[in-house]
Amino acid sequence: MSHRDYSGKIKEISGVNPYKCMKCGKCSATCPSFNEMDIKPHQFVSYVLNGDIEALAESKSLWKCLSCFACVERCPRDVKPGKLIDAARQIVVRERGGDYLSADEIPELLDEELPQQLLVSAFRRYKR
Amino acid sequence: MQRIGVFVCHCGSNIAATVDVKKVVEVVSKEPGVCHAEDYPYMCSEAGQMKILEAVKEKNLSGVVVCSCSPRMHEATFRKAAERAGLNPYMVEIANIREHCSWIHKDMEEATEKAVILARAAIAKVNLNTPLKAGESRVTKRALVIGGGIAGIQTALDIADAGYEVDIVEKTPSIGGRMSQLDKTFPTLDCSACILTPKMVEAAAHEKINIYTYSEVDKVTGFVGDFTVDIRKKARSVNSDKCTGCGVCQEKCPSKKSLNEFNRGLNTRSAIYTPFAQAIPNVPVIDRDACIKFKTGKCGVCEKVCQAGAIDYNQQDEIITEKYGAIVVATGFDTIKLDNYDEYAYNQSKDVITSLELERIMNAAGPTKGHLERLSDGKAPKEMVFIQCVGSRCSDTRGKSYCSKICCMYTAKHAMLIRDKYPDVNVTVFYIDVRTPGKNFDEFYRRAVEEYGVNYVKGQVGKVAPLPNGKLLVQGSDLLDNKQILKEADMVVLATAIEPEASVRKIATMLTASIDTNNFLTEAHPKLRPVESPTAGVFLSGVCQGPKDIPETVAQAGAAAVKAIGLLAKDKLTTNPCTAKPDELLCNGCSQCANVCPYGAITYENKEVNDHGIRETRRVAQVNSALCQGCGACTVTCPSGAMDLQGFSNRQIIAEVDAICR
Repeated sequence: MSHRDYSGKIKEISGVNPYKCMKCGKCSATCPSFNEMDIKPHQFVSYVLNGDIEALAESKSLWKCLSCFACVERCPRDVKPGKLIDAARQIVVRERGGDYLSADEIPELLDEELPQQLLVSAFRRYKR
Repeated sequence: MQRIGVFVCHCGSNIAATVDVKKVVEVVSKEPGVCHAEDYPYMCSEAGQMKILEAVKEKNLSGVVVCSCSPRMHEATFRKAAERAGLNPYMVEIANIREHCSWIHKDMEEATEKAVILARAAIAKVNLNTPLKAGESRVTKRALVIGGGIAGIQTALDIADAGYEVDIVEKTPSIGGRMSQLDKTFPTLDCSACILTPKMVEAAAHEKINIYTYSEVDKVTGFVGDFTVDIRKKARSVNSDKCTGCGVCQEKCPSKKSLNEFNRGLNTRSAIYTPFAQAIPNVPVIDRDACIKFKTGKCGVCEKVCQAGAIDYNQQDEIITEKYGAIVVATGFDTIKLDNYDEYAYNQSKDVITSLELERIMNAAGPTKGHLERLSDGKAPKEMVFIQCVGSRCSDTRGKSYCSKICCMYTAKHAMLIRDKYPDVNVTVFYIDVRTPGKNFDEFYRRAVEEYGVNYVKGQVGKVAPLPNGKLLVQGSDLLDNKQILKEADMVVLATAIEPEASVRKIATMLTASIDTNNFLTEAHPKLRPVESPTAGVFLSGVCQGPKDIPETVAQAGAAAVKAIGLLAKDKLTTNPCTAKPDELLCNGCSQCANVCPYGAITYENKEVNDHGIRETRRVAQVNSALCQGCGACTVTCPSGAMDLQGFSNRQIIAEVDAICR
């Protein structure tokens, strides 16, 4: 698949129209993982628009997003960067294949440091 | 059979690029009744109109069909051309092959077919057209202005200066509107009250202007030139003729806990009150929901202290019925409710305020007497944060999709005034874009940055959180530095979106004036008729039509006044001859048409009719053609098909449908 195709795929999975973005930066303003990310939430939109999916797929940000959806909730333009990140992550996971999570595996993954939200989100995304 | 000429317009390439105009001419020339057909690049041009004149004379035409743009654009043009050729103007029909055809289709074959069908329908109609004659109606030389803010005041002054009587209806106890709540005005920083109050005084003193404050429009009937309006003068509980405006009643009133609307609820007022010192009229009203006398029957302090004996607890609402030729809507705006924006903590902290609240705080007559202080603890702030676009430019369901237009400039003003008066206060403005189109506007904004050291940060704020230490944690983006900023602020000011005053919906419904999805009143044409409503005789002034600042409002107020004056200057108006007409022999007197008529144009009378030689008295419908607006509601309601709209008769419409379905 070419980069353009990935761009389309991300739009399809997320159901988001990145062209609606007015570049206000409220997503990055609201993100609790901002400092952990190499590509910031507001940049996700332009990466998708520019078709630079490879950089997205290799970014740390993909795995630092907590899926808290604060950016989705507060985006004034319904661009929902959180959903874009989610979609990019799904594509990467699907490419790798096989990495699914079953409910039985969750207890051993439990970690005091890990936000509960992340587990719920991971299960929602990686269950069969 | 009519002798019809068909004229197909190219509209440059607007039509001809999509519709094969030659083919249309060829096909329609074979239609029944058509004895002339031609195409021309611009039918609306003088040369194009001459084509109609020549053809009418040469071919002795009795009807004309022009296949062109929307009848809203050029129906009047072509009717006048036909009239010049000696034809009755109502023998002209327009087939809209631009908006309804070429602009919305891409395929030439399909578009051409549709153009032919539309032309065919118009031809079928003209075959049944009959000459109609427009009547006349009178013009009442008096204007009504709804809303007494700067827009309404300016419109009223301009109309009155032209020599016509004007009534202003204002729902609050004083004229002045939003502008009276502002402290300073951009970009010159002159004191708002100092430039507004002379206009208020001028309006109040003008012999041609009559002001109804604490009043609302209750009912509107009639039509352009001849509106009848019921104005509800709400009970003030104070006799305006006796009151001297001394203010003792307000001082002595024991009920002082009502939220002060003028100060945006930031402090309280007495139950008997005038909203502000320069109020016009300077006559207080009693807020009956707050007044102890009205609630418990005991008190009556104001009555006892009033030397003039002006207090009247028994005053009732009064309905005043007046006739007007023109109505100007100038209902203004309010800021949106921020209940949907929890992230800015407006409802959680007293120190998060709207810009309009800041205006009151900065104003010497405001809740803090003009001292910049936190409303929570009265302390002077050291760090202030302004957040732009709160609820504006939001295409989600929480806010407004439009730009409120005034916020960039008033924020620059606030920032500058604060830095000027309190140089030790740091001011940060979070912005998405700074929009300053206007004379001396960008220079003003740049002065805030360059001379007053206001810190502008490009990026929106995501969250404001009240901290245990009483400060506010502002979490925002700095997009240029690609950083997330965490800033402790003492006060946060939200540039809250503006929206039309809530009462405008009710008023628009009464006037049958159209409004858009945001409740802004719609113009008759967005570019060419920006101060007129599509409803004849109704004009628009100020923010009720769209966001605008004071200079723009005043300019539009003047424009609306000129349009109203243009109407009032006429003695008679030609009426639309396309009115309803009952067939007395078919009418069964059921009254259904009278019930649906929105204009009260239908009455019933007992009339002697001759039904195939039988003479008898029947109850039949009568239409007042001066009142009828030709909406057609009665024609579709009539169960016996007795009601017909002249120019749009049932036969004509069926003929059009038949032609389309042929």
